[in-house]
Amino acid sequence: MLVITCPNCGDRPELEFRCGGEAHIARPQTPAELDDGQWGAFLFTRTNPKGVHAERWIHQHGCGRWFNALRDTVSDRLIATYPMGTPRPDAGAGAAPSSPASPTSQP
Amino acid sequence: MLETGRLARRAAVLPAASVTRGAVVIRPLGAQSRFSLRTRPATAEALGTVAGFTLALPINRMSTAGERTSLRLGPDEWLLIGPEAETDELAEAVSAEFGERVFSLVDVSHRNVGIEITGRNAAHVLNAGCPLDLAEAAFPVGMATRTVLGKAEIVLARTGVDAWRVECWRSFATYVHGFLGEGALDFVAVTG
Ligand SMILES: [Zn+2]
Repeated sequence: MLVITCPNCGDRPELEFRCGGEAHIARPQTPAELDDGQWGAFLFTRTNPKGVHAERWIHQHGCGRWFNALRDTVSDRLIATYPMGTPRPDAGAGAAPSSPASPTSQP
Repeated sequence: MLETGRLARRAAVLPAASVTRGAVVIRPLGAQSRFSLRTRPATAEALGTVAGFTLALPINRMSTAGERTSLRLGPDEWLLIGPEAETDELAEAVSAEFGERVFSLVDVSHRNVGIEITGRNAAHVLNAGCPLDLAEAAFPVGMATRTVLGKAEIVLARTGVDAWRVECWRSFATYVHGFLGEGALDFVAVTG
């Protein structure tokens, strides 16, 4: 079982968590001004990297709070967890060359 | 809407008698009043206590004063447990002490059922379905958190070295009670 570090609760078993998909996707400020293609891209287009991926997780059966995590999609290793609303931390020197930061990442 | 009295709605879902398996005793707790309190951490820190419930606690810690216990389940969430007879008074007292500050207080007295589990192997019995490290170093007396037991979500609190309180939703109570009883069978000495 994976051990995930909740920013509030510390190291906890993965059974208590749920993943909420890619992090740092900002909702458009003025949706009415987007065309269908742009809106569809916001809803459905994800980076799906092979390597380090920034994700939203919720400690569902714990403190009940959302946070962000960097996870390597190849090894399934959780590299770091950090609070919602904070920028994506540098993935570090250990990041594989095939896993650049997402071009659509936003702080 | 049909209004029914509180006593009528509090039919017990578990047998009142405790179950003893070797050194482990599993005892359903009686009716109590419970509230889910949500407020900003800064507000809780500034107030310190409300209506005898301590709010200024580290996350995942509990505090008991007399018959009033508060469990801090997250940065902005507390479970308050008090005597059943004082349910209405507690709600009024908490509301009065918060005054104009932002908070939410929901009476969940009927949603939850409490089960006490005591005895030398109680932590091992809980570990039959709870993935947390329940050693004293990792889960000391006074720690309290939401977690899972088998397929049910519970709130787990360590009230003593060998004493635990399990809170679960009412509809999960027979499952949780049965699960603990099954888990405890491993610690019954086999004779004959
Ligand atoms: Zn947590």
